[in-house]
Amino acid sequence: MNGERGAWQRFLASDFFYDFKRSPVTLVSFVIVVTLILLAILADLVAPTNPFDPASLNLMNGFTPPMEPNAFTGETFLFGTDDQGRDLLSAIIYGLRVSLFVGLTAVILAMVLGVSLGLLAGYRGGWIDSLIMRIADIQMTFPSILIAVLIFGVARGLLPPDLRDELAISVLIIAIGLSEWVPFARTVRGTTMVEKEKEYVQAARLIGLGSGQIMLRHILPNVLSPVLVIATITLALAIIAEATLSFLGVGAPPTEPSLGTLIRIGQDFLFSGEWWILLFPSVTLLALALSVNLLGDWLRDTLNPRLK
Amino acid sequence: MLFIIARRLLQAFVVLLLVALVAFTIFRFIGDPVESLLGQEATVADRQALIDRMGLNDPIPVQYLRFVGNAIRGDFGISYRTAEPVSALIAERLPATLELAFVSALFAIALGTLLGIYTAIFRHGFTAHAIMSSSLIGVSLPTFLIGVLLIWLFAVELGWLPSFGRGETVQIGFWSTGFLTASGLKSLILPAITLGLYQMTLIMRLVRAEMLEILRQDFIRFARARGLPERMVYFGHALKNTMVPVITVAGLQLGAIIAFAIITETVFQWPGVGLMFINAVFFVDIPVMSAYLLLVGTVFVVINLIVDLLYLVIDPRLRDGQLKRQTV
Amino acid sequence: MKSLTTRLAVGIAAALLVSSMAFAQTLRWARSGDSLTLDPHAQNEGPTHTLAHQIYEPLLHRDMAGQITPALATSWKALDDNPNVWRFQLRKGVTFHDGATMTADDVVYSFERAMKPTSAMKELLTSVKEIRKVDDYTVDFETNGPNPLLINNLTNLFVMDSDWAEKNGASNPQDVAAGETTFASQNTNGTGAFMLVSRTPDQKTVLKANPNYWGKGEFPLQVSEIIYTPIQSAATRVAALLSGEVDFIQDVPVQDLKRVSGQSGLKVVTAAQNRVIFFGMNVGDSDIESDNVSGKNPFADIRVRKAMNMAINRDAIKKVVMREQASPTNVIMPPFVNGWNQQLDAVPANDVATAKKMMQEAGYSDGFSVTLNCPNDRYINDEAICQAAVGMLGQIGIKVNLDAKPKAQHFPLIKNKTTDFYMLGWGVPTFDSHYIFNFLVHTTTENRGSWNGTRYSNPALDTKIVALESETDLDKRNGIIADIWRQVQADQIYLPIHNQVLNWGMKDNVQFDVQPEDQPHFKYLTFN
Repeated sequence: MNGERGAWQRFLASDFFYDFKRSPVTLVSFVIVVTLILLAILADLVAPTNPFDPASLNLMNGFTPPMEPNAFTGETFLFGTDDQGRDLLSAIIYGLRVSLFVGLTAVILAMVLGVSLGLLAGYRGGWIDSLIMRIADIQMTFPSILIAVLIFGVARGLLPPDLRDELAISVLIIAIGLSEWVPFARTVRGTTMVEKEKEYVQAARLIGLGSGQIMLRHILPNVLSPVLVIATITLALAIIAEATLSFLGVGAPPTEPSLGTLIRIGQDFLFSGEWWILLFPSVTLLALALSVNLLGDWLRDTLNPRLK
Repeated sequence: MLFIIARRLLQAFVVLLLVALVAFTIFRFIGDPVESLLGQEATVADRQALIDRMGLNDPIPVQYLRFVGNAIRGDFGISYRTAEPVSALIAERLPATLELAFVSALFAIALGTLLGIYTAIFRHGFTAHAIMSSSLIGVSLPTFLIGVLLIWLFAVELGWLPSFGRGETVQIGFWSTGFLTASGLKSLILPAITLGLYQMTLIMRLVRAEMLEILRQDFIRFARARGLPERMVYFGHALKNTMVPVITVAGLQLGAIIAFAIITETVFQWPGVGLMFINAVFFVDIPVMSAYLLLVGTVFVVINLIVDLLYLVIDPRLRDGQLKRQTV
Repeated sequence: MKSLTTRLAVGIAAALLVSSMAFAQTLRWARSGDSLTLDPHAQNEGPTHTLAHQIYEPLLHRDMAGQITPALATSWKALDDNPNVWRFQLRKGVTFHDGATMTADDVVYSFERAMKPTSAMKELLTSVKEIRKVDDYTVDFETNGPNPLLINNLTNLFVMDSDWAEKNGASNPQDVAAGETTFASQNTNGTGAFMLVSRTPDQKTVLKANPNYWGKGEFPLQVSEIIYTPIQSAATRVAALLSGEVDFIQDVPVQDLKRVSGQSGLKVVTAAQNRVIFFGMNVGDSDIESDNVSGKNPFADIRVRKAMNMAINRDAIKKVVMREQASPTNVIMPPFVNGWNQQLDAVPANDVATAKKMMQEAGYSDGFSVTLNCPNDRYINDEAICQAAVGMLGQIGIKVNLDAKPKAQHFPLIKNKTTDFYMLGWGVPTFDSHYIFNFLVHTTTENRGSWNGTRYSNPALDTKIVALESETDLDKRNGIIADIWRQVQADQIYLPIHNQVLNWGMKDNVQFDVQPEDQPHFKYLTFN
């Protein structure tokens, strides 16, 4: 208990927290990200309706403008409704959940993969290093969007049709996750190669600690801050990538839309005057990705003081 | 030195073979080539004849080698959709993508460098902060949305620029160019901005970071101490030292631009290889998909190779050591 | 007297010529898809025929109002002494674009070419036994039995120059399935009002007016050049029209109708299309894979199908999804088709309570789940209609998983019978019920029922469908048609949704009627 409080107080007194407090942009970004994450988690409680339940939709509510009663049903919606009569506010909250879930899971997948391979390559060196780094080279040969489309295409070809929809989200996560591990691996490998030559690692080796333990206990903590920076930036990338894939028609299905799917639907109504269907999901996506990016920026600057 | 070059070439070759393996796997195992070509009314004899003609009964390694051999000779098979040779389709559409990629890269490098320098020099100024923050908006919106918004604003509402296609093109030999007509040049503007925006942001941030790093170094301090005017310090010394990583990164990004052209070309109906690829995905046109994969793979491997070799030329310290590469 | 008429005629012709010259203009035309090939017999597909109709001509075609009109034939009739033979008088003085004269040899050659194995048009000529030249400008079609409706099948069968095709090694239609390209798939030599100037597939096709066209004076012929650009993205296509980069688009998305017609200088012309949109269900198999009911096929139960038909709120689809641009129907037949009547068309009440009761009676009070396959780039708002149906069926307990795909991946599911619940749209180029029965109701056999994804098989109906082909007594024939429809409606093998409405967007100065088959013939277009 004491230890914890000590840590918390140390955190409050740290340069890190001082910097954080002093940057209003960072504060606002942080508040936005936390709010959006909370909304996504509590979607069932917060959202006025469940947009994923098609039976509850009334098509006649379709295209209701924000805060205006519908011409047929008389119902009013804060953000209006989309082409299927879905309450846009609820659709955005649930879509946020899909987007964040895909983004976070994909980043965790990329991070676990990248950090493990980077540690292994940097610590072992030799042919393992060469092999992993060559695979990374090949991976870099193809940009993430292309890899994702390919994985999606292959999965579509191989999976039985009735499983496709259920697995669409998983395929999306794997596609984005697999295409973003390289920066993690490169960074971790670089740091590991430097750290493993340092005296404390040599000492740990001398007292007989296994390589697994050395990697996890001694080297891993040293690579955490760059990994955190990359993870934040990758999260923004992953959220955008999900939206882009949905635009190309290989993303979340329209019956359970993500923010990207909502934007894809909304852009059909850009010229027709139903601006809210495009505007609100886009602004939400922008707020999310921008805040995450700003946090990433600030993290990088703070953890790498030379750049200030 | 020669050894390093040879090793790098060998690696590039191996990577290319692996890319070809992926392309071959897609070509051979995703979807049934016989089914796609014959349709359902085909008889068993028809099927057998086609299987023999395509050599699908040979051992897989033999088929793979034949695939690579054909690819080297520029033979990627026949498109399932248009029934034209895939190589002809690609040759016809590649100029459109390359010209778009070239202009986007130019835009990204020129504007990115300028803004990067500006934000580094006036890093505490309001404008620099504004540029840095708004550049983040650019990377926080999906490319397709930026494209659609640009069309809406500049083509539909203002009517200044075309919304689709390449405009008038001029045929020079096998190359069709949009650079020589007014409508061709106008048509390039919106797609080039859409495609280059992300890269522009990257380069701007890279230039800024490099500039800040260098401005902190001793030789710059000496230059300042010697009383050199600020402009000389910035452009004579600092920028010169910034350009090496910028050029290499820009080179690498050229490949990314070609790949991201898929989205831009879809939005602007740009008749390049990216649009061809996405149509191939929808039509399950496997030969076109695998040829595109091979093409993009080759472009990337070649660019990587050139960048690596450039490093050797530029930075002599690397000649006897490990090749290290900076990436963003 | 004679000389006066001649002079008058010359004068009128000259005046027409001058007026058409004065209005001669370029037309920039866009639609979502491109023609698949220039070979007129290699693909039986709408956009491919549209381009072909400008360059090539059939013996007779449907004009802008959908009426059969003479083209290369001037008249036709069945022989009095032999009802199996149709005699066509050919138009004289028609030349191909390369200057060769069109004669009976070219017509016989073209139809024989269209009946070859690699032709995609051969199904339309299955009743034809032989085509004979009588003299240079007379051709006889002999059918296997009397075929009173033969001419309905000929509206998309184009005539090529036999010498040109032979000389260039194009005697067989391009074999699309084998990935073949031929001279005729990349070059043209027709008799049509427009000649090919250049073409890059999926990008741009340029046509120019044929200076020697036989129809001078008969048609407006005010378009001097056509620039055709396929633009896939709906938003980009509308943007191109709004920004004035194209003059005419064939497919204005329903949500943008107001914007287009509201913009000064642009207008939308609307007309009913000869195409019906509906869902098909696997009613034939005893168990289906895609549901969660084991050992049973819920679609096999007529009560389930009737309940589904009641649960679909066609009016809401029309009002919201289609923005009034559709006419709801209860029969898979557009009003243009022989056999249609208002009684068949009348939409049942949307009655969720009764539908639920029927589901209960059928033993599905807890509903069931099933996958719906839907195209997302073929019909107007196809995916949105499917989505709406998912919600409506959800209200009677049927949990529908929507699987929407591009048409190239969707249609094989129906043809290969690997879907149990699907969306399909059907246009009827012959304007006769037989075309619907033969493809959608007849048991799937080697050359019939190829689009019947329902596995429905009713031998009694099959016999009647075949009998239609040689029934010369039109009253009796219409009686059989009504009979078949009665059974189809009673069995509810399809869930009809609506007939599509076409919306062509164009500049104000363009005068052009909407063709019910979505087939613009630009020789009829005028500028003002």
